[in-house]
Amino acid sequence: MSEEFKLEIVNPEKSFLSKEDVTEVVVPAFEGEIGILKDHISIISFLKPGAIKIISKSGEENYYVEDGIIEFKNNNLSILTSFISNIKDMDKKKVDELLKNAEEFTQNAEITDQNKFLVDQKIDFLKRIN
Amino acid sequence: MASLDDLKKRIVSVKSTQKITKAMKMVAAAKLKRAQENAEKGRPYSEKMNNIIINLSNGISDKENAPKLLLGTGEEKVYLCVVITSDRGLCGGFNTNIIKKAKAYFEELYNQGKTLKIITVGSKGHDQLKRVFRDNIIENLSFKDSKNTNYFDAEKVGKLILDKFEKKEFDICTIFYNKFKNVITQIPQAQQIIPLKASEVDGNSSEDNYEFEPDEDEILNNLLPKNISTQIFKAMLENSASEQGSRMSAMDNATRNAGEMVDKLTIEYNRSRQAAITKELIEIISGAESL
Repeated sequence: MSEEFKLEIVNPEKSFLSKEDVTEVVVPAFEGEIGILKDHISIISFLKPGAIKIISKSGEENYYVEDGIIEFKNNNLSILTSFISNIKDMDKKKVDELLKNAEEFTQNAEITDQNKFLVDQKIDFLKRIN
Repeated sequence: MASLDDLKKRIVSVKSTQKITKAMKMVAAAKLKRAQENAEKGRPYSEKMNNIIINLSNGISDKENAPKLLLGTGEEKVYLCVVITSDRGLCGGFNTNIIKKAKAYFEELYNQGKTLKIITVGSKGHDQLKRVFRDNIIENLSFKDSKNTNYFDAEKVGKLILDKFEKKEFDICTIFYNKFKNVITQIPQAQQIIPLKASEVDGNSSEDNYEFEPDEDEILNNLLPKNISTQIFKAMLENSASEQGSRMSAMDNATRNAGEMVDKLTIEYNRSRQAAITKELIEIISGAESL
């Protein structure tokens, strides 16, 4: 009981996921992955494309996010993201489509270094799960 | 007085109008339910976003160098107004209310000698504004083709605004939309999004010390542009719920008025029919008497 904290994932359209029995969450923060356990210090950070791993009593779940912000406070973890999808639901076709879009984006000459970094991360990740 | 035939035709035509308004009301009611759900589902995101920004901006150590999106450009000369309206008519005072609010604001700016730029989202608002403010409208967007309000449309508007902000085309940005209160009440809103209003930033904040990764400035720089899109998305969701609500009550009224009209016309029809019969009877009787 004491090891659990609350997790809420929201995207602009709706509250995507809400769980109360989470024991550990690993998020792809901008400067590297962060694992969050109960009683973590209050933190705000933003995410790069990658996988969110949620470990709860009911098992382990993996989600793919493209961007987002996390806020952890008083054992409440909020994740705001504009694109999230369960990795189980991502078939090859969908991944290929995302990959194609991302690769097109890198061809863009006006791309900033930071955006390039983010897109590269995305491509890496998508290739890995493909 | 109109002849019996004319009256009959009118009754039929009013009745068919009533059928249409009734159907529109039903459609609006069904759409309203969904739009309302969407608006409510969308609220947590924008609220959370706001909270985080409040917490962040309190944690900023170096106020002078804070992002311009938060503090403004330091000038108040050029105002950008984004007026969000619907693409379809027949929704009561929905569009007119937004326009009225916007126009009052424009007038005020005009009197203060400020420069005004307008972006309209939705064709109805554009139609109404272009008569007076043709020269001020710099951009006209319409998402007629999108079935539902979606985040990508909002992002497009957000990007457009940010682009213009970076090019220093305006100092202050305000969005106009209808806030959905309930089916009969929608409140036209003017919300300033650039720079973020002080009252919103100073809200009830916690004294918590956060750990930031990377640092505050970078997070803020990343977050504020997103917040613009989020606020616009929220406005669009509220707007679409309001539009359906407004249409529903307008069509409800229209249906009721049509019903009243049919009643009145039916009474008139019956009276004149009765009068015609009486007249005929009198003619027959007086004809028989004279024999």
